[in-house]
Amino acid sequence: MPSASSPVSVQGLTMGFGDFVLMRDLNFEVERGDIFIIMGGSGCGKSTLLRHLIGLQEPKAGAVFYGETNFTAAAARERTEMLRRTGVLFQSGALWSSMTLAENVAVALEEFTDLPPREIREIASLKLALVGLKGFEDYYPGEISGGMQKRAGLARAMALDPEILYFDEPSAGLDPVSSRLLDQLILELRDSLGATIVAVTHELDSIFTIGTNGIFLDTETRTMVAQGHPRELRDHTTHPGVWRFLHRGEDPPKGGR
Amino acid sequence: MLDHLVGTPARSTVRVESAGLGQWDSTLAAFLLRASAILRDREATLDRSGLPTGLQRLMALAEAVPEKKGTRREAADIPWLDGVGKATLRGREQFDSFLTFLGETVLAFGQALRGRARFRARDLLVLVEQAGFQALGVVALINFLVGLILAFVAAAQLEQFGAAVYVANLVAIAMLRDMAAIMTAIVMAGRSGAAYAAAIGTMNANQEIDALRTTGISPIEYLVVPRITALVLMMPLLTVFADIMGVAGGAVVATGMLDLGLDRYLEQARSAVAVKHLLGGVFKGTVYGALVGIAGCWRGMQSGRTAAAVGEATTSAVVTSLILIIGAAGLFAVVFYALGL
Repeated sequence: MPSASSPVSVQGLTMGFGDFVLMRDLNFEVERGDIFIIMGGSGCGKSTLLRHLIGLQEPKAGAVFYGETNFTAAAARERTEMLRRTGVLFQSGALWSSMTLAENVAVALEEFTDLPPREIREIASLKLALVGLKGFEDYYPGEISGGMQKRAGLARAMALDPEILYFDEPSAGLDPVSSRLLDQLILELRDSLGATIVAVTHELDSIFTIGTNGIFLDTETRTMVAQGHPRELRDHTTHPGVWRFLHRGEDPPKGGR
Repeated sequence: MLDHLVGTPARSTVRVESAGLGQWDSTLAAFLLRASAILRDREATLDRSGLPTGLQRLMALAEAVPEKKGTRREAADIPWLDGVGKATLRGREQFDSFLTFLGETVLAFGQALRGRARFRARDLLVLVEQAGFQALGVVALINFLVGLILAFVAAAQLEQFGAAVYVANLVAIAMLRDMAAIMTAIVMAGRSGAAYAAAIGTMNANQEIDALRTTGISPIEYLVVPRITALVLMMPLLTVFADIMGVAGGAVVATGMLDLGLDRYLEQARSAVAVKHLLGGVFKGTVYGALVGIAGCWRGMQSGRTAAAVGEATTSAVVTSLILIIGAAGLFAVVFYALGL
C-alpha cells in the first residue's frame, strides 16, 4: 500500500503491447510539491509511462495509485473523479481546434463546476493571463504560434486548479528563451498553487533547473535504473547510461567514482 | 563492374587509385562501399589509402555503426492460406471494434436522453447546419436528375403501349419509397461521413481526443453523439425535400417530352402514392443517416495518428457507409415486402 502523503505512485508497473514488453517493474512515489522528471533516451517509453499515469493506456501488470486509491483498478467514473484533480499539457498543446482559447480553458469549468458563464469567462481570462496570453481569449489555436499554443495548453491544464500537473516534453519545439520562460512558469506555478508536477523531458537545462526528483528509464535493461534528484544523479551516478544521458553523451571517467 | 570482384582470391587486397579523380559525390562512396562489402565476404580487403581524405572519412562514418541484427525488413512471402487466415482475423477484429463502438454509442445516447450527455449545444447547431442547410444544393441536384432519369427510362417503355401517364406513378412511388432516401444517404456519406472521419481522425492525430479523455469528457458523448444526432435530425427533412426534387425532375420529362401537362402529371402522381410510401421512405432515410454518422465517427475514432492514416480513415468511412446503406436497403426491401408495405 502506497503512503497517503504521495499524490501519485506506481507499483510494479509493466508496460507493453501484446507480447512486447516496453518497461517492466517500475516502482516509484512522487512526493507532494515535487517536480518529478521522467528521464530516458528517445523511444524508451517516457511518454508511454505518462499515458499510463493518466489512464490513456492500461498496464500489462502493476498499478498506478493516486494517494491510497488504486487508479488502475478503479471504475471509469472514479477515474474521472481522480483525473479532475490533475491537468495535462500534451506535447503539441493538443488544444481543441474548433474552440477559441477561452473556450478551451472553459470546457472543464463548464463540465465540473456550477459557475455562471460570466465567472467562467473571467477565470478563463485569468488562466490565460497567467501564461502571458492576456488578450488572446478569442483567438483560435490555428491563429497563434506553437509556443503560444503550448502555453494555452498549460492554461487549459490549470483550469480546475489541479493538484497534479503532467507535462509531456514541455520545451520540445520551443526556442531557448521561451523554453526558459516556461521553466520559470512551471516553478512559479508549483510555488503559488502548491501543485505537484510530473514532467517527461530530455532537455538537460530544464531537468537541472526545475527537477527535484526523478527516475531514469533504461532502454537496454527495460526498467528504471536510477532514482533521485537530477543534479545529484548527474554528479554521483554509477550507472554509465545515466551518466552519459546527464552529460550529453560524454563517457564516464575511467576507474569509476 | 563489381562482378569482377566476386572472383577475387581470398585474403588478398584490392587497391583503389584516385590520382586522376577530379570531383566526386556520394555515388562513388556508395559504389566503393558495395565493393568493400563484396570483398569482405571474400575475406579480402579494399585498400582505401589512395582515395581523397574526405571520401575515406565519409566511408568510415557510414561503417561506424554496424547494422543491427534483425532490423532489416525482408520482403515476407506470406503463403496463400496464411493470408486468408490473417484477413479473416482482421475482419473479425474490425467487427468487434464496430460492435464495441456501437455499444458505447448506444450507451452515450442513453445518457443523452436522460439529459446527461455532455456536448455543446453550439457544436450541434453548427453540425445541423452543415448536414442540413448546406447539403440542400447537392441533394436537390442529384435527386432532380435521378427523377429525370427514372422518367426517361419509364417514358421510353410506357409510351410504346400508350401508358405514358404512368410515368408519374413510377417516378413518384420510386422516389418516395426508396430512391430519394438512398440517393440522399449516398450524398451524405460523401459529404458528412467523410467529414466526420477526417475531423475526428485529425483530432486523434493531434491528441485532442486524449485531451478530452483526461479532462474527464467522453469523446463519444462529446463528438459522436452530436454528429449522429445532426444526421438523424436532418435526414428526414432532406428525404422529403429530395422527394419533391425527384418528382420535379420527372415533371420536366412529362411536360417536355410526353406533352402530359403539369396538372395531369401531378394529379396522376398524387393518386399513385400513399402516406405509407412517404413515411416508409422517410424512415429508411433516417436509418441511413444514422448509419452514415456511425460509420464516419467509427472510422475517425479508429484512425491512426499519421496524415496517411486520416486519409485511409476517410476513404473507409465512405466505403463502410455505402456498404451499410445498401445492406440496409436490401434488408428493408425484404421486410417491407413481407409486411405488405
